[in-house]
Amino acid sequence: MFEYAPAPESRSIVDIAPSYGLFIDGEMVDPIDGHPFKTVNPATEEVLSEVVAAGPADVDRAVAAARRAYEEVWSRLPGRERGKYLFRIARLVQERSRELAVLETIDNGKPIRESRDVDLPLVAAHFFYHAGWADKLAYAGFGPDPRPLGVAGQVIPWNFPLLMLAWKVAPALATGNTVVLKPAETTPLTALAFADICRQAELPPGVVNIVTGAGDTGRALVEHPGVDKVAFTGSTEVGRQIARSLAGSRKKLTLELGGKAANVVFDDAPLDQAVEGIVNGIFFNQGHVCCAGSRLLVQESIAEELLERLKRRLRTLRLGDPLDKNTDIGAINSQAQLDKIRTLSEIGEQEGAERWSPPCELPERGYWFPPTVFTGVSQAHRIAREEIFGPVLSVLTFRTPAEAVEKANNTPYGLSAGVWTEKGSRILWMAQRLRAGVVWANTFNRFDPTSPFGGYKESGFGREGGRHGLEAYLDV
Amino acid sequence: MSDRLSVRKTYKLFVGGAFPRSESGRSYEVRSADGRFLANAALASRKDARDAVVAARKAFPGWSGATAYNRGQVLYRVAEVLEGRRAQFVAELVDAEGLTPREAERVVDAAVDRWVWYAGWSDKLHQVRGSSNPVAGPYFDFSVPEPTGVVAVVAPASPLLGLVSVVAPVIVTGNTCVVVASERAPLPAITLAEVLATSDVPGGVVNVLTGRVAEIAPWLASHMDVNAIDLTGVGDPELATELEAAAAENLKRVVRPPEDEPDWAADPGLDRMTAFLEIKTVWHPVGT
Amino acid sequence: MTTTTSAPSLADVTASDAALRRFLHGLPGVDQVGAEARAATLATRSIKTTAKRFALDLAIRMVDLTTLEGQDTPGKVRALCAKAQRPDPTDPSCPPVAAVCVYGDLVPVAVEALRGSGIRVAAVATAFPSGRAPLEVKLADVRAAVEAGAEEIDMVIDRGAFLAGRYLAVHDEIVAVKEACGDAHLKVILETGELATYDNVKRASWLAMLAGADFVKTSTGKVSPAATLPVALVMLEAARDFRDRTGRRVGVKVAGGIRAAKDAIRYLVIVNETCGDDWLTPDAFRFGASSLLNDLLMQREKTVTGRYAGPDHFTLD
Repeated sequence: MFEYAPAPESRSIVDIAPSYGLFIDGEMVDPIDGHPFKTVNPATEEVLSEVVAAGPADVDRAVAAARRAYEEVWSRLPGRERGKYLFRIARLVQERSRELAVLETIDNGKPIRESRDVDLPLVAAHFFYHAGWADKLAYAGFGPDPRPLGVAGQVIPWNFPLLMLAWKVAPALATGNTVVLKPAETTPLTALAFADICRQAELPPGVVNIVTGAGDTGRALVEHPGVDKVAFTGSTEVGRQIARSLAGSRKKLTLELGGKAANVVFDDAPLDQAVEGIVNGIFFNQGHVCCAGSRLLVQESIAEELLERLKRRLRTLRLGDPLDKNTDIGAINSQAQLDKIRTLSEIGEQEGAERWSPPCELPERGYWFPPTVFTGVSQAHRIAREEIFGPVLSVLTFRTPAEAVEKANNTPYGLSAGVWTEKGSRILWMAQRLRAGVVWANTFNRFDPTSPFGGYKESGFGREGGRHGLEAYLDV
Repeated sequence: MSDRLSVRKTYKLFVGGAFPRSESGRSYEVRSADGRFLANAALASRKDARDAVVAARKAFPGWSGATAYNRGQVLYRVAEVLEGRRAQFVAELVDAEGLTPREAERVVDAAVDRWVWYAGWSDKLHQVRGSSNPVAGPYFDFSVPEPTGVVAVVAPASPLLGLVSVVAPVIVTGNTCVVVASERAPLPAITLAEVLATSDVPGGVVNVLTGRVAEIAPWLASHMDVNAIDLTGVGDPELATELEAAAAENLKRVVRPPEDEPDWAADPGLDRMTAFLEIKTVWHPVGT
Repeated sequence: MTTTTSAPSLADVTASDAALRRFLHGLPGVDQVGAEARAATLATRSIKTTAKRFALDLAIRMVDLTTLEGQDTPGKVRALCAKAQRPDPTDPSCPPVAAVCVYGDLVPVAVEALRGSGIRVAAVATAFPSGRAPLEVKLADVRAAVEAGAEEIDMVIDRGAFLAGRYLAVHDEIVAVKEACGDAHLKVILETGELATYDNVKRASWLAMLAGADFVKTSTGKVSPAATLPVALVMLEAARDFRDRTGRRVGVKVAGGIRAAKDAIRYLVIVNETCGDDWLTPDAFRFGASSLLNDLLMQREKTVTGRYAGPDHFTLD
């Protein structure tokens, strides 16, 4: 037996303060009407620090700082200079990437392998990419002199805390907006570390403001009359509420919401790579991915063989200490999320789907859920319709390409989809018909700052990344 | 005035390529700008709106799946047929808006030209709004615009040029639509529907309802099979807010009413097309 | 996967050139980017402390200590055989390697030097490395090596015939060589660097396994690129699938260009996570190498003593 010895990444590289304030106008400040709450390591339930749930007065102060910075500094700065700040930030992220990766893993529960090899490189790449746009907006196809919107209120989720910050902050700053950003309640620490990066970059005060907190803080931010632009990534339910609350306002809104992506595997697929794509599609980041391939649609003629291959592969997944460099599956981000995954999985069983998990020991402390596969799932099952946002795969079968498309599109969501076949014309045929903002053909869960990302239908609207992503932050 | 009594036209709805009366059997009196009775227009009900959405949804796969070249030709054909009915529209605009014949001619000409302008966009917008994306890895990655789906349109007061300016950009990219015509001046919209019905526009691509915006629009805004809504013609800010809030239920793409009545004669730009487009990004590995 | 009754009988697939082509081209394709990404991910596994010690010892036991040079002499081969038996003379706990691999004419020297050691003698044959010779010459080459005492034969396939699509010719040649081997184990070198695509690597692996290979081997070491992690991955997947279909375990040998212990451990990780325990033995996985051994020894000493080793303390044979 080749047992891998523990290979933990050292956490001594991070220095977590016992408590944090809010980052407003270039300083860490005490709250006016906010109150403290604790943030924990989901893998151990250890309290990491105390942060502030910002109150309305705190949010007001942050928006005012952003407005001041917008009017007095940032909107007057030539794009070239804005770009240089972003280049600085990109470099600082690269320089501190080990520290940020460890911090992300501790606060979020995701495996260090992913925070190190996926999140952090993409964070730096996003700043780098958008830095270059800052002085080239006149060439982006939005007219000769596209104007920023003003103050952007941004609310981001807990699944990729720093990466989602980068997706929001980089384009906003590049286009000349200032921001007030609220990180997720359970994952505030890398955003607070980013405040320190802003300090090191000598970013003018108020250009980036970070207010921690939960839903109430987010609501205060998006509904604040001083905000010109709202960008939200999170659940479709909250997205709906935001869209409703912004009705009648002049605020520009972009939403990146939930998904229930179909990963379609044809009988002529490169099977071993398809298995990897399925695993990466649903077990990457514990399935806490809006574009996760949570519905496997497999052609009936190879369903049995594919499932056996998949199950064998899942037996090699390593669940445990997220800081261990060999861990594939980390902790579920919170008790609340764990409860939701458990509930939906139990419903899956009650509805008659067959549940399977590889043998795997769950740590005693912390929030854990084993990789889980449901077979015998039909479109009517709740686990085939609702976003579980966890390491749970629902397997359905189809017989013909037309049936695959029909089933794949039979959802109110439309964020992403996967297609696996070695036949080129069929890939293009499928890609045309799948109603989803991102189609991964013979791959899955790939991201790049140059590649627009966003949903159809109830997965939201607006794009992030690429030239298209700039539009969300420009008055066009 | 000749002695001959004119044969009047019955103005009905335009749904799925046919001209039905309102299922409610209701109509309302339409008057000219100077208060003369012009006709009874159909007073569409929520069920008419429902039927129109069904027709638009049914037409979507075919229309969005047609080649851009084909859609462009169909839109150009609309311009041709509209040009042929110039006199009729001039007369209707004189009645509806109280324009002089000269002014009405200019408006009709602008409407014809608008169809021509949008017709030309059908096979160009992909290149202007699409991209291939240089991702940092062995993948070919490209983004293409695609139509959003079924779009509900509350048309502005400008009964022909305004109407054309909101409908053409929606359908040129492959969307289908349900249009609520100008409440006060709905007749040119139904005459335009006759143009559409004879211009190779497949039935259901454009569906025209006449009646009360406040009655019909909420059903469209809350309809879960409508993907987007254009509120340009909603004059009442409170109603617009309600409609936008209702549209949030299935995350419709919303075009809010403009703060001031737009100058419909101005260069329309791309906004009305891009508002009802999705961007689809496709990744594929590059290897042997 | 267990053998399923619905699967067509493998006996039929070699009945004709057409049947064999249908079978090999009917195997699921290999997506290059996906396979390389998988191998790269596995290469990030961090093998530390006890796991590293285990892996280093296992890797040493899997080495086919090889010399395949025109300048080889009996003296060189005898020195290599000494090294094979006691790779680290200062440490009796260090295991011996699996085999010594030489050209056919030097087999008697190796047999003599390794007598009673349990280390096997392997010979390259069949007009190694190009394979460009008449079949009779190749078979004579094999028979001579076996008669001289070689227990393992490393043959090369006819890549020209393979790339020309004459699969049955390649197959039949392997069958003939296997027969000539008698009791000797047959390793079939695919020379993956000349096959160009992973689809070909997969097809060639299946072809060799169908023909009776005991091992499939990546490379002669004379062609670049030689062994790579993704090539090994594809071959191991093929061996795994072949066992599922037939119940027979076929080994995999990676050869050429593997010089660092770190690389050897990466291969073992791929073996572990693709085929599992059954292939983590010198009976089913080998490294064809020469300089690799010293790096394995140096890293092994580091794990034992806790300090970094220096090359002057290891023998150069």
